[in-house]
Amino acid sequence: MSDPQLRVVLAKLGLDGHDRGIKVVARILRDAGMEVIYLGLRQTTGSIIAAAEQEDADAIGLSMHNAGHLTLSANMLKALEEAQLDIPVIIGGIIPDQDLDDLEKVGVAAVLGPGASAEEVAQAVRDAVEANLATNP
Amino acid sequence: MSTDESGRPPSTPEYNAWREAYEASRLRDVPFETMSGVPVEPVYGDAPYPGQYPYTRGVYPSMYRSRLWTMRMFAGFGTAEDTNGRFKELLANGVMGLSTAFDMPTLMGRDSDSPWSTGEVGRAGVAIDTLADMEDLFADIDTSSVSTSMTINGPAAVALAMYIANAEKHGVERARLAGTIQNDIFKEYQAQKEYIYPPRPSVRIVTDMIKYTAAEMPRWHPVSISGYHIREAGSTAAQELAFTIANGFAYVEAAMAAGVDVDEFAGRLSFFFNSHSDFFEEIGKFRAARRIWARWMKERYGATREKSLLCRFHTQTAGVSLTAQQPENNIARVAIQALAGVLGGTQSLHTDAYDEALALPTEKSARVALRTQQIVAHETGAGLVADPLGGAPYVEWMTDEMERQAEAIFAHLDDLGNGSILEGVYAGIENGYFVGEIAESAYRFEREVNNGQRIIVGVNEFTDGDDGGTELLRIDAETEEYQLKRLADTKQARNDDAVRQTLAEVTATAADSTRNLMPPIMDAVKAYATLEEISMAMEAEFGTYVEKAII
Amino acid sequence: MTGISTDGATTDQAVPGRSATVEELYQAARSGHRRSLGRLLTHVERGGPQAETVSELAHPDSGSAHILGITGPPGAGKSTLVGQLVANLAASGRRPAVLAVDPSSPLTGGAILGDRIRMDVLPSASPPSNGRPQAGLGSASGETPRSSHAGEPGGVDQTSVAFIRSMATRGHSGGLALAVPLAVRLFDAVGYDPVIIETVGVGQVEVDVVGAADTALVVVTPGMGDAVQANKAGLLEVADVFVVNKADRPGANDVRRDLDLMLDLSHMTGQEAVGGYRPPIVMSAAIDGTGAVDVLAAAQAHLDYLDETDQRSMRRRQRIITEVRARLEQRLSQHTDLLLDSEAGRAVITSAEAGETPPTIASAALLDALLGRDH
Repeated sequence: MSDPQLRVVLAKLGLDGHDRGIKVVARILRDAGMEVIYLGLRQTTGSIIAAAEQEDADAIGLSMHNAGHLTLSANMLKALEEAQLDIPVIIGGIIPDQDLDDLEKVGVAAVLGPGASAEEVAQAVRDAVEANLATNP
Repeated sequence: MSTDESGRPPSTPEYNAWREAYEASRLRDVPFETMSGVPVEPVYGDAPYPGQYPYTRGVYPSMYRSRLWTMRMFAGFGTAEDTNGRFKELLANGVMGLSTAFDMPTLMGRDSDSPWSTGEVGRAGVAIDTLADMEDLFADIDTSSVSTSMTINGPAAVALAMYIANAEKHGVERARLAGTIQNDIFKEYQAQKEYIYPPRPSVRIVTDMIKYTAAEMPRWHPVSISGYHIREAGSTAAQELAFTIANGFAYVEAAMAAGVDVDEFAGRLSFFFNSHSDFFEEIGKFRAARRIWARWMKERYGATREKSLLCRFHTQTAGVSLTAQQPENNIARVAIQALAGVLGGTQSLHTDAYDEALALPTEKSARVALRTQQIVAHETGAGLVADPLGGAPYVEWMTDEMERQAEAIFAHLDDLGNGSILEGVYAGIENGYFVGEIAESAYRFEREVNNGQRIIVGVNEFTDGDDGGTELLRIDAETEEYQLKRLADTKQARNDDAVRQTLAEVTATAADSTRNLMPPIMDAVKAYATLEEISMAMEAEFGTYVEKAII
Repeated sequence: MTGISTDGATTDQAVPGRSATVEELYQAARSGHRRSLGRLLTHVERGGPQAETVSELAHPDSGSAHILGITGPPGAGKSTLVGQLVANLAASGRRPAVLAVDPSSPLTGGAILGDRIRMDVLPSASPPSNGRPQAGLGSASGETPRSSHAGEPGGVDQTSVAFIRSMATRGHSGGLALAVPLAVRLFDAVGYDPVIIETVGVGQVEVDVVGAADTALVVVTPGMGDAVQANKAGLLEVADVFVVNKADRPGANDVRRDLDLMLDLSHMTGQEAVGGYRPPIVMSAAIDGTGAVDVLAAAQAHLDYLDETDQRSMRRRQRIITEVRARLEQRLSQHTDLLLDSEAGRAVITSAEAGETPPTIASAALLDALLGRDH
């Protein structure tokens, strides 16, 4: 295999239990040939980092439907920095356009809304991994 | 088949019985004629008529001629005071019942000051930590005259205890309280995932609440068996129907096993369905739900009171159908879904706001949503005739088809549970049957949208014109600060010894399944123990639950 | 055994960057840097020269860990059981590692690896705010005391002593046969003990992988004819310990009886013939999680038995033979590919395709070429 297999950790950060979207994304990424480490509901920044380290994740995907995305994303990126992990974070869920700039500022690599197609989802992950490799050689 | 030009059905024994019941009903004082002045019959077509077993055509003989459906609008955001303001606004606008949305920490049995709650306080609903917040939430609202619905499950017993305690503080006895608490824990494991404890102890709490309300609160519905969230999680219409009704059977079996007579509580079970965009499929689903419930309650569970056989349900339009793109289009979706709910014979209806794919509703979008169902009620004539689509070949076939698919699922669950639907539901939760089926359906739908087989207007076709200019409700960070202070003050003012004692009693009661949890929870609530403290007092005995990954 | 730092990423030494060599990663992993161990495991999964370097580095440092294999039919509650074992081991001062093997999609090569969900019940960095103090004694159905679940949010959870890695089969049974023993050796070399391999017991490779452990645990549940199915799948022959999971469910005693009967009937175990060892049947109750303690005790008793009868070294030799063989086959296969792609190889193939050379003779000629034999 010339293209090394991407490994993506998918999780719900926080209390929100809406997992329809993240399950669909898990299947999309699998069908795009990636290995998805699915952590499921009610994860903490700590548990996500532990999994990302142990699983050597190329990317972390978080799903949020609770309007807490600004706080939670900032917490996640800060925790990753403290753990010295240069793994790109992609956020999916209900994210108003007004918040996109703020999410980019805290270091979120990509945001996927409810209308994203399967190709867009898989491509966003590939792009985020590639961009991360370019900036963190 | 009509006997004359009026379209009135032939005078059979069934029709005459229906006519008698209809004439005994109190009717609204409005003209029962079309916009153009054509008088219309209260029902057309064949027996069995509305109000007649198996109630396919409706639970009451006169349906909306006696009483329109309850226009119940779900509201909740920010602090209890914020939501209290929205409640009063809704009541002033003609809403007949309040419906409370709680924030995620509250739904998960967490206080606003828990580390889990950071960023989520007051975001997706109102934050309730102690009785003090419940007092704010219903300040200046007469709880003896409104019907209140509370959408909460894991900590439902605590929320109900707070509602009772608030009412009693204002001199309203619990027997006079009318309303519904969702308290449908099965669908949490199947779809919504807001559970705290493992399934069996959770069901014990539900049966304790069924027993408590059966004895003390005749106007209260202790469980609202909810397919809504199953559908939102991606199920098909038939899966929503079947899983929901099966959950209903499971509660019936659990309560019967706890020694309650089926006719003592079955009449106060109610249902909650989703109304999605495929108009005729939805109507078939609602009609099938009534028929299935009546048949099973009578034949399998031996219910004899008519009320025990009636599947009465609340309907909400499909939040999942709303698009973030061109959000104004959602007003049209909601109108069509609302009409399906009404033609399907719902008892109450919540219409979603057009901006809900983006954020919580603003005051304006919530008003448009309410106006939408008021238009259905007062302008369309949809409420003039009971089950106006009954007898149409497609609608009757769809009703049969929904029932057929549901019966196949019941047979599977019955088999899984060795002759018990309750055990079948437990087994289906544990082996991932429900979540697996739902995930499969959700993925199939997404793929169809993705490859263009299924058109979603404004999303994968007709995409011009998304101006993104919708104004959204923003919950500011001060909500969290305010709520934290409110909680700290309440904790400061209370008697800690009383809190400790009452919490210990909750844990002790949890350990003894012969005792009812409601009285000690009431005591803890009155001592201003927090929602999380009480939830954890039970968790100390019950433990927690982590679901298996089924994708 | 090397010590593993209790706070992973924040050890004093420099954290190896993305361009770190395998040697640098290995040294960091030995001193407790979890990310480096994660990276090394990726090299192991990918195979190739880096994996060989890992093998050579780990070889002298390994050999002491107790290797547990756990398998059983889907839905038997293996992951939950593993989570309980890990929590108990961690609570008693051990440093367990888990390798959870799941199939890749044969169509796309992708995979969804979800075993961690029910394993991740480890003691966490931040003190639990509520609930029971004892961590991880959940039940077999995924029910756990809250205090043991993944900790409270906010703090970085670095003190978990266990290491869980999910591994997809990636469609190459041969690859799995190489990657699993190497991953186990790596865990062992950097100080994890025991090393637990979990596979779904369907398919010969998975059964072989588990069968090659020091102690093979086969998990079955009541009510689904599991014992019979396990027998058909050849699992009974490799079992050193049986676990009847969800033993509070109806039919648990039937499963136990079935297993007993099958053990009576089979003169198979071979072990029984050698040292009078009969695989115990452990009942694992769903409510209180005490089954995990019994399972660990049975696994330890089996290990003691292996040590007493010198069978542990025999198993280790067997594993090494198997691994050498697998590596040899892989090398041969690589050389075969190269040969078939070479000018000489293509000539033979072309001749066979044209019907000029029968396949038997063509393959014999290619083998001679491969082995450098001249005719």
